[in-house]
Amino acid sequence: MTERTAEPLLRVTRLFKRFGGVTATDDLSLDVFAGEVHALIGPNGAGKTTFIGQLMGEIAPDAGEISFAGERIDRLSTPARVRRGLARTFQITELLTEETALDNVALAVQAGQGHSFRFFRDARRDRSLLEPAHEHLAAAGLAERGGVRVSALSHGERKQLELAIVLAARPRLLLLDEPMAGLGAAESRRMVDALARMKGGVGILLVEHDMDVVFALADRISVLVYGRIIASGTPAQIQADPQVRAAYLGEGDA
Amino acid sequence: MVDPLKTGGAQRSALKLLALAVLLALLAALPFIATATGQPAMTSLATRIVILAIAAASLNLALGYCGLVSFGHAAWYGVGGYVVGILWRHHVSGEPLFGFIPGSDQLLVTLPLAILVAGLFSAVLGALSLRTSGVQFIMITLAFAQMLFFFFVALKAYGGDDGLIVRRRNALPFIDTRDGPTFYWVCLAFAVAWFLLMWRIVNSRFGKVLAGIRQSERRMAAIGVATYRYKLVCFIISGMGAGLAGALMANHARFVSPDMLHWTQSGELMIMVILGGAGTLLGPAAGAAVLIGLETQLAAWTEHWQAILGPLLVLMILFTRGGLSGLARLVRGGRND
Amino acid sequence: MPLLIEQALNGLQLGVMLFLLAAGLTLIFGIMGVINLAQGSLYMVGAYAMAAVAAKTGSFWLAAPAGLLAAAVAGMAMEYLVIRKLYARDHLDQVLATFGLILFFNQMTTLIFGRQPLFVEIPDFLEGSVPIVAGVRYPLYRLAIIAVGLATAVGLYVLIARTRLGMLIRAGATNRDMVRALGVDIRLLYTVLFGLGAMLAGLAGVMAGPILSVQVGMGEQVLILTFVVVVIGGVGSIRGAFAGAMIVGIVDTVLRAFLPGLLRQVMMGPEADALAAGLSAMGVYLLMAIVLLVRPKGLLPAHG
Repeated sequence: MTERTAEPLLRVTRLFKRFGGVTATDDLSLDVFAGEVHALIGPNGAGKTTFIGQLMGEIAPDAGEISFAGERIDRLSTPARVRRGLARTFQITELLTEETALDNVALAVQAGQGHSFRFFRDARRDRSLLEPAHEHLAAAGLAERGGVRVSALSHGERKQLELAIVLAARPRLLLLDEPMAGLGAAESRRMVDALARMKGGVGILLVEHDMDVVFALADRISVLVYGRIIASGTPAQIQADPQVRAAYLGEGDA
Repeated sequence: MVDPLKTGGAQRSALKLLALAVLLALLAALPFIATATGQPAMTSLATRIVILAIAAASLNLALGYCGLVSFGHAAWYGVGGYVVGILWRHHVSGEPLFGFIPGSDQLLVTLPLAILVAGLFSAVLGALSLRTSGVQFIMITLAFAQMLFFFFVALKAYGGDDGLIVRRRNALPFIDTRDGPTFYWVCLAFAVAWFLLMWRIVNSRFGKVLAGIRQSERRMAAIGVATYRYKLVCFIISGMGAGLAGALMANHARFVSPDMLHWTQSGELMIMVILGGAGTLLGPAAGAAVLIGLETQLAAWTEHWQAILGPLLVLMILFTRGGLSGLARLVRGGRND
Repeated sequence: MPLLIEQALNGLQLGVMLFLLAAGLTLIFGIMGVINLAQGSLYMVGAYAMAAVAAKTGSFWLAAPAGLLAAAVAGMAMEYLVIRKLYARDHLDQVLATFGLILFFNQMTTLIFGRQPLFVEIPDFLEGSVPIVAGVRYPLYRLAIIAVGLATAVGLYVLIARTRLGMLIRAGATNRDMVRALGVDIRLLYTVLFGLGAMLAGLAGVMAGPILSVQVGMGEQVLILTFVVVVIGGVGSIRGAFAGAMIVGIVDTVLRAFLPGLLRQVMMGPEADALAAGLSAMGVYLLMAIVLLVRPKGLLPAHG
């Protein structure tokens, strides 16, 4: 591990969120450094997806601070956070199902280029959109599938497309919400390869159940149980932590 | 890049273009056909259809492409009509509106103003309505349209309930708008221009964003698109088109009244869009033609035609998805997707 | 002061009528996810059935239940034939299909009863007015409307919060499968619920009969006002419907009563009247705009 003297890219300080009687996020503090893969693991219902929602501004926290690259972002809208370099994938894919895979990525490229108040030129033939879109599709392993409608893509391909779309946003920090969920063995391998290629280039907060993937990719791991971080450290430290073994690894070491 | 479909695609689009040209030629020749077959009333009916097609196409931009279910589009249509009526009233009286805006009977003045005013109204009320979504948005657009309806009912200076008569159609330089066929061609020209504009818009970057918002607003936010402002601009353009249609209708009927803003008019515009196929370019025109044609036929048959139209509408919604094209699929026994 | 009390009561009376409609609308939306434009038609059905039976028999005690029954039956038939197929559809389809139903109901009513409005007598035992505070008398019938409306609101609250049916309603709203697992026929539950919502609209129609003219189109006027109520109160929430209905009822009534007088102090009589008529007709919509600016989800939105 490298020595970290710099500011973290993402710093979350004492975040709280309650839904009625349920505390989904309980005094959560966490940071992610530039280029680091920080995995967030925990049993189902631990509040991982809710946490990502708060980082992206889709859910408003009750208390706490979120800073990104030294700037407070917890009051910003989702698009404003995306413009500053945050991007997420969705666990249950959130795609434009009537469009082709290429169009989905091209639209993300377009969004990254600034405003879209251009009313006359045909966007379907705009090389400045299509060429980068092809590149991102290829990077996510979908080079051959660009012309296929999303509704005709397999589950695994949709997951890959999610990845291509966030790449188009050129994020500095990627929030990946269970990118492996529901993938077959071959699809999983392709996804791990794609993630491994990206490692180091961008910061990644990886929410994942597949422990093999987590231990293969993560620089650091935090364990979330009932909205609380019960342990945080290197993969070796986490593996050795008795509390973690009892609460999590012991019961669901899949 | 090599596109294997390219040659086939080019052929198909050439065919499409040809079909469009034939259709347009037929539409342009319609007044002659009407006279030749001894049905001069057909031209007037066709004028109505062409005008309502503009309104329906405008609603389609919001409803079909962006997924904004506006149940108040008759409001912008009526506002456009009233701009023509009020300007005519001041033109006749010679007294300027608000003391400084002179009246006018020139189409080249009244139409742009109607579009502008409809755009202003839809900007203000759209900015408010778009703070909500889903079923609230439907209710709110309906309610705001009803507010404007009551506003014009209470506007006694401009006829209130009774509306305003525009004794003579607005004039155009070198063109006699008082002639029925000529005015039909004027309306047709505006309709063609408006549909061309819609075609450019839906394929532009802006149009792609609208389609994205319809399919997943959450995804659009996640790629960094501030959706509210796109929805608002879409809503305003849509309102402006309805204003244009209203201004043309005020000229065609030479009459404006609060009925133009009645909520059933909003409902009819929605039916036209759905009937023709929401989110298709020419669908709203087909929808307008079918609905107006159907209404005219049923009304000639019985005064209680709505007792037939209502159930027909229910059946269409329940058993065909996607309006006429859904019906065609159903008849062919094809797959509904 | 007496005038203010009288107008406040008028507002309350309009408020409870709007509540009956809004409660049905929001109940059906909250639980089944259907926006039913034809709720106003059920109100009309209630009013017409009541007026027709009253004209035939002269008996209020026959006419009132007839109105409720007609609305409930029409509502359940509507659910069985049309609405049931709309549960899985988007709001647009629901709006258009129920718009078609409105056209049908309005035209059939014209066909059966003609275009002339019907008038219904106030029943003898509710005739006249009673003193409420010193120097203020108020029509007994309108007081009865307020009482029935408030009692219905309490009844609805008890039904939803305290009974087995209410438990099923609350469970059905969030978890259809669980209700099914309890061995409850959810389709039947929905039909009954829809009938209940229809009966609430019918009750409003029955009570409106003697104070408004019963005519085609009465349903849509009140429907759009009901939408304003639901938007102000918060979609899907009965408490919100109640608060919204009271606010809209009172604001609308008070504006209509006092605005002309206020404006006449600063401008000419006829102009003031015209402006006041316009402003008071638009008043509740402007109120809705303000609520939207401050609380886009309404004053008391449903949880979630």
